[in-house]
Amino acid sequence: MADLSVNAWAGGEAPYAIKSKKLGMWLFIISDALTFSALLVAYSYSRLANPNWPTPFEIYPAITLSTIMTFCLLSSSVTMVMGVSAAHRGLRSTAVKWVLATMAGGLAFVVLHANEWIHLLHTGVTPFQNPWGVPLFGATFFTLTGLHMTHVVCGVIYLGIIAFGFGRGKFEGLDVEVAGLYWHFVDLVWMFIFPLVYLMSNKIT
Amino acid sequence: MAGNGHQHHGSRLYLWVWFWLLALTAVEVFLAYIQVPLNTMLVLLMALSTVKAALIIAYFMHLRFERRSLTWTLMPPLVICIVLMIAFAFPDGFRLLEMRKG
Repeated sequence: MADLSVNAWAGGEAPYAIKSKKLGMWLFIISDALTFSALLVAYSYSRLANPNWPTPFEIYPAITLSTIMTFCLLSSSVTMVMGVSAAHRGLRSTAVKWVLATMAGGLAFVVLHANEWIHLLHTGVTPFQNPWGVPLFGATFFTLTGLHMTHVVCGVIYLGIIAFGFGRGKFEGLDVEVAGLYWHFVDLVWMFIFPLVYLMSNKIT
Repeated sequence: MAGNGHQHHGSRLYLWVWFWLLALTAVEVFLAYIQVPLNTMLVLLMALSTVKAALIIAYFMHLRFERRSLTWTLMPPLVICIVLMIAFAFPDGFRLLEMRKG
């Protein structure tokens, strides 16, 4: 650890006491969080300003499925922290197994979500129109969930590279931890997309 | 490398956080199931999701166990920008809603 005898706010050698990789990932996460906030605010704005916003999602199947997807992501976050903690203790093969479990959770999410997209596309929902009214519904839905899906897919690939490299001793515990930060962020974003996009579009009977 | 406080909290803590995240998600889905009025629903959902986000950031992303200066560097700008976006977008959203209703 660097010498931290100088007050952190006075520009000590390492004011945050973390490695630059980790600080870099945190800065990326903050900027990415702003991108998602902008999209979520844009969605909420359109949702609010249109009295005839479609509310097509029924408890079964759409809400149930998205709840299962939430469960997959949350659980994959837990397996990820287990992996990071094993990696820091130097248990290489245990850490790799936990990261593989995380990837499985992410893949389950992707499969379920893609399945739902296909179902919606068959119902006639595209980014430009839908059978229920305000065309913006499809645009905001596919933009938000699409960007999130991109993050999940990239995350699974990222974790795959990290698991492979860590297993062969190319990466250190810190690399697993930084990958974990990204994965938790993907989970975190879904914690807002799920209520705003799915639960708020619950079919009112 | 692993930092000073990393090893003290084991899997028990993580499993507790996981349990609470799932419990709060269950509450959210239940709110949708019993069809709470839309405005109440939005406020409750956002409150619950903020708690969930805080749990993830504090424990899974480990920010609680980092140096305070990191939290104070990362979080205020994010919160201020989100509050600004909401402050600009939502009054206008309500204005449009009233115009279209009327």
